[in-house]
Amino acid sequence: MEILKVSGVNKAFGGLKALHDVNLAVEEGMVHAIIGPNGAGKSTLLNCFVGRLIPDTGTVMFGDTSLIGLKAHKINQAGVSRVFQTPEIFSDLTLLENVMIPTMARRDGEFALHAFKRLDRDAEIHDKSMHMLEDVGLAEKKDMIAASLSRGDKRRLELAMCLVQDPKLLLLDEPTAGMSRADTNNTIDLLKRIGDRGITKVVIEHDMHVVFSLADKVSVLAQGTVICEGKPQEIKGDPRVQEAYLGGAHL
Amino acid sequence: MTSKTSPMRDWIFFVVFAIAVLTMPIWLAPIGAGYPDLLQKFMIYGLFATGFNLLFGLTGYLSFGHAAFLGVGSYSAVWTFKLLGMNPVPAAIVAVITSGIFALLIGYVSLRRSGIYFSILTLAFAQMSYNLAYSVLTPITNGETGLRVLRTDPRLFDSSNAVDGPLIANLFGIEMTGYAGFYFCAIVLLIAFFIAQRIFRSPFGIMLRAVKTNQNRMNYTGLNPRPYTLAAFVISGMYAGLAGALLCITDPLAGAERMQWTASGEVVLMTILGGAGTLLGPIFGAALIKYFENIFSAFNDQTLHEIFGFLPDFIEVPVVSVTSLFVGEGWHLTLGVLFMLIVIFLPGGLMEGFSRIGRLFKRSSGKSESRGAAAPAD
Ligand SMILES: Nc1ncnc2c1ncn2[C@@H]1O[C@H](COP(=O)(O)OP(=O)(O)OP(=O)(O)O)[C@@H](O)[C@H]1O
Ligand SMILES: [Mg+2]
Repeated sequence: MEILKVSGVNKAFGGLKALHDVNLAVEEGMVHAIIGPNGAGKSTLLNCFVGRLIPDTGTVMFGDTSLIGLKAHKINQAGVSRVFQTPEIFSDLTLLENVMIPTMARRDGEFALHAFKRLDRDAEIHDKSMHMLEDVGLAEKKDMIAASLSRGDKRRLELAMCLVQDPKLLLLDEPTAGMSRADTNNTIDLLKRIGDRGITKVVIEHDMHVVFSLADKVSVLAQGTVICEGKPQEIKGDPRVQEAYLGGAHL
Repeated sequence: MTSKTSPMRDWIFFVVFAIAVLTMPIWLAPIGAGYPDLLQKFMIYGLFATGFNLLFGLTGYLSFGHAAFLGVGSYSAVWTFKLLGMNPVPAAIVAVITSGIFALLIGYVSLRRSGIYFSILTLAFAQMSYNLAYSVLTPITNGETGLRVLRTDPRLFDSSNAVDGPLIANLFGIEMTGYAGFYFCAIVLLIAFFIAQRIFRSPFGIMLRAVKTNQNRMNYTGLNPRPYTLAAFVISGMYAGLAGALLCITDPLAGAERMQWTASGEVVLMTILGGAGTLLGPIFGAALIKYFENIFSAFNDQTLHEIFGFLPDFIEVPVVSVTSLFVGEGWHLTLGVLFMLIVIFLPGGLMEGFSRIGRLFKRSSGKSESRGAAAPAD
């Protein structure tokens, strides 16, 4: 079954056509990778899914709901979480607080005036958040301020913040960019492990190693259009893909 | 590491704070601040700053128009006195409600913008209120003369109708002057402080800190920052309104100058001076400013000559003429200098100073243990 269906999406910035008639179908439970050279429009496409950008034309359906024109927080409440190209976390707060916030958001909705309850008495939120931190291996650092984390740890924290919400669809924009090989492998392991939970994932990635070890399906985006689609093995040998990347160099 | 919170610790903290506040007349006497008028000001402006801090300290939204709510609170209180009688409790309740409604309207519009634009919008609204109070709204505010309680006012539930002498708020027969006035304000402050403490520890409080840190992430986490900020704005407006009502209990008079931008600026200074985002900081800041205002504005050339009298004349004269710029009417110059020093050397305000001193003590007493735990947190 398709969980996300994108049809005929166009988006222009001034004269620049960032997306040109993009069609994409993401199957439920799959890891769907989007690859493509710099400036191909990958992030722009993701922005159209989460309410940051509104496409000029076209539709984006998440199950039966149209995501176009919905506010970002409504889209998240519908079950879409997103990891950003540069980690977006609550840098002044502790790791535990960082994870508690999305946990509460999922339970209490977009706004709740719980001004007189004590957060440290809320065992449900606390335990769920701690479990999540353990899952990503950040439990010992729970009282640290998020700003002081390494890049790799920030990314893992952001992942934890998304995962604790049990999203139906998780969007990841270059989850391993700027990471060391060791951190990259850790992240791949983590992403594979959460694959067991059956969360559908859309991953944008430059690192082919990551793509081939994770993805069930790959779409190649170049100059704002999907130029080919298929299983990782099929994509690997496709001449059009090699053409798009560095005009024919090997992947 | 951030210190762990627990209900027990908070209760102890609150009880110690309450004892400290209630015994102020004793322990502040040696520095000449142990008299009710000044203590009452500490309480009222401490309350004002505590409320301001709920908005600015937690969400980072810097309102430059909070004096408007102080003024609305004062006018509401005096009107309640006029119509219902001199009991301060209904006056306080009415003030909280009207200033809350007022804050809801101003906040709804101003919070469409953030950063400097938000500050400017709040400032504009406050100045508008100030000008309206002076002109169009004269029937309600009594314009320049200020609104006061008259003997001819209905005061429906007042038993003290027949009594002569000045009209002073009284709580079921206890006149709100002197220490009675101070203790009434102290108890209001303690209740308000308790609520603020709970907000700091609540899920709502942490959402407000999330607003300050990263609204973008909040949006993509399924949270709507706008109602959170608006709620914080309204709550802090209510605190200001309550403070405005307390200003009227000993002297039932409300004037438009209470809404002027200087009063809005003062609460910003108090909060930053004491330490924005901390519970005690704003109260320290408020007390410090009111204390120095009291001391420095009382000086005049005469007293300066007495102080520097031991100096030879040719030094005394220039010294006095320079220092006289910083006292009396010019005490705001002293405040400005103090503020600059704090912001430059202690950006976290007095509270940061205290915690630095505290850490210094800890280090000298337990050298071995602190080395490894280089906590980036504090
Ligand atoms: N807000 C914007 N305003 C104007 N142009 C934009 C905007 N966002 C993206 N673009 C342009 O649209 C094109 C696609 O950008 P996008 O960020 O989607 O590429 P990408 O595939 O994510 O690249 P990268 O791999 O470098 O992240 C680029 O040419 C970019 O300069
Ligand atoms: Mg990108």
